[in-house]
Amino acid sequence: MKAELTFADIGITVRVPAGTRVIDVSEKVGSTIVYGCREGDCGTCLMHVIKGGENLSQPSVLEDKVLKENMAGKQFRLACQAQILGNVTVGPA
Amino acid sequence: MTAQAQRPINVAQTRDAVPISSRVHWIGALDPTLRTFDIILKTANGTTYNAYLVRGQDGVAVIDTVKEKFSDEFFQRLESVANYDDIRVIVLNHLEPDHTGALPELMRRAPHARLYISHKAQRMLKGLLKQESFDFTPVTTNDTVSLGDCTLRFLNTPYLHWPDTQCTYLEEEAILFSGDAFGCHFCDPRLFNDLVGDFRFSFEYYYAHIMRPFREHVLAALELIEPLHLKIIAPTHGPILRDQPARYVARFRELTEPRLKKESTDKTLLVFYLSSYGNTAKMAEAVYAGASEIEGVRVSLYDLEGGAVEPFVDLIEDAEGIALGTPTINGDATKAMWDLLSSLVVINLQGKVGAVFGSYGWSGEAVGMLEDRLRGLKVRVPVPGIRVKLIPTEEELEACRQFGRQLAEIMTDKQKPKVIDFEDL
Repeated sequence: MKAELTFADIGITVRVPAGTRVIDVSEKVGSTIVYGCREGDCGTCLMHVIKGGENLSQPSVLEDKVLKENMAGKQFRLACQAQILGNVTVGPA
Repeated sequence: MTAQAQRPINVAQTRDAVPISSRVHWIGALDPTLRTFDIILKTANGTTYNAYLVRGQDGVAVIDTVKEKFSDEFFQRLESVANYDDIRVIVLNHLEPDHTGALPELMRRAPHARLYISHKAQRMLKGLLKQESFDFTPVTTNDTVSLGDCTLRFLNTPYLHWPDTQCTYLEEEAILFSGDAFGCHFCDPRLFNDLVGDFRFSFEYYYAHIMRPFREHVLAALELIEPLHLKIIAPTHGPILRDQPARYVARFRELTEPRLKKESTDKTLLVFYLSSYGNTAKMAEAVYAGASEIEGVRVSLYDLEGGAVEPFVDLIEDAEGIALGTPTINGDATKAMWDLLSSLVVINLQGKVGAVFGSYGWSGEAVGMLEDRLRGLKVRVPVPGIRVKLIPTEEELEACRQFGRQLAEIMTDKQKPKVIDFEDL
């Protein structure tokens, strides 16, 4: 199954296999989402979910903890953790 | 200023705490023989690790500690004005080891004290203490802790210069404990900015290397700091700023301005190249020519063989795009190109457009290497690099011109939204 991930900052939409993590696409496509540890620890890759947040995988316990520590609202996720399950539009936090 | 404050001070001759206001003492340490800080920064006369003690009606707060090696000095100064049982609050504005070296021992000696750190500092604290079972309270902007007759208010100021950094404001005394912000590596036992030698160069140098990469975060922090009534800024390194503290805040505001003033509304693309036999040079000229066709972009072409890389750092800070051309020599990009890229750690490159091209003889790894480095520097690399084996043909030069056009169009938002398949990336 394919899903569409749109990067609002660079105006590019990528058709990806469902289950792909945002990080695996955004780095290749040149989005301005920034990465640190790449393992859900540092919170650097906090991204703004502009549309279709329900089409991302649920945050793991680890991601949830980091989001809370960063006082991130519902519209924010970690790009290194979130998997794309349907159409979604994201941008840097 | 009070008569007491103007007395000559030489903290090198005593291990007593030094009063900086009616409720606050300096309990830090001097490191006058240090010449290189953290591998990267030079200092002509050492540094200080500033820690502070605040006494309120209901107990004492210790704000930051010192590098572990200087723990004895810190504890002696602390003991000169407080008992460990009095300590109710420990604030860490920044967890780098030069400020937390004495923390484990302080927590052992003052087990009833509660630790206050920023939210982002929590995991760092665990990494630092290597133990799980300790209590702390994560705080953010406008959270407060009371010592009875005085209040510490926290300001969340991330990336000044680590993600965890915060400032703490003592409301009743109008003292800002600013962490590494407004600090510098300058060691003078007279301690206060109106008594020490001329440290302006050190203040500027520290800003340029430590704060400059985080310009946006400095601006956000200034929004919190500028409205404060400030009698004293008490940073973690260098002189305590009690004479005209607002001057240093204003200087930070000035320093957040780009070094070079924007000359026009056009976007700027800088094309840098090195060339052994003229092939990468030809490619660079084609990229330059292609990009120059697009309205709204000012394109410049520079041969790195012709000069040092440092002067280009300010130019790159002000540019929207950089294109790098390098041959591959011994399976690597050229040294001047790496020198240029390693010089860029002092500026913020996030969101700039980057691109790489180059001619090669055998293997051609350099283009991919520089693309990876650019991504590591948070530069967007939206167009795959161009590699040409040896001498570029006319078709290949046209591809370079198209490459330049494409970069310029991306920089001027002339590219239409695109839909691509993951497999094609």
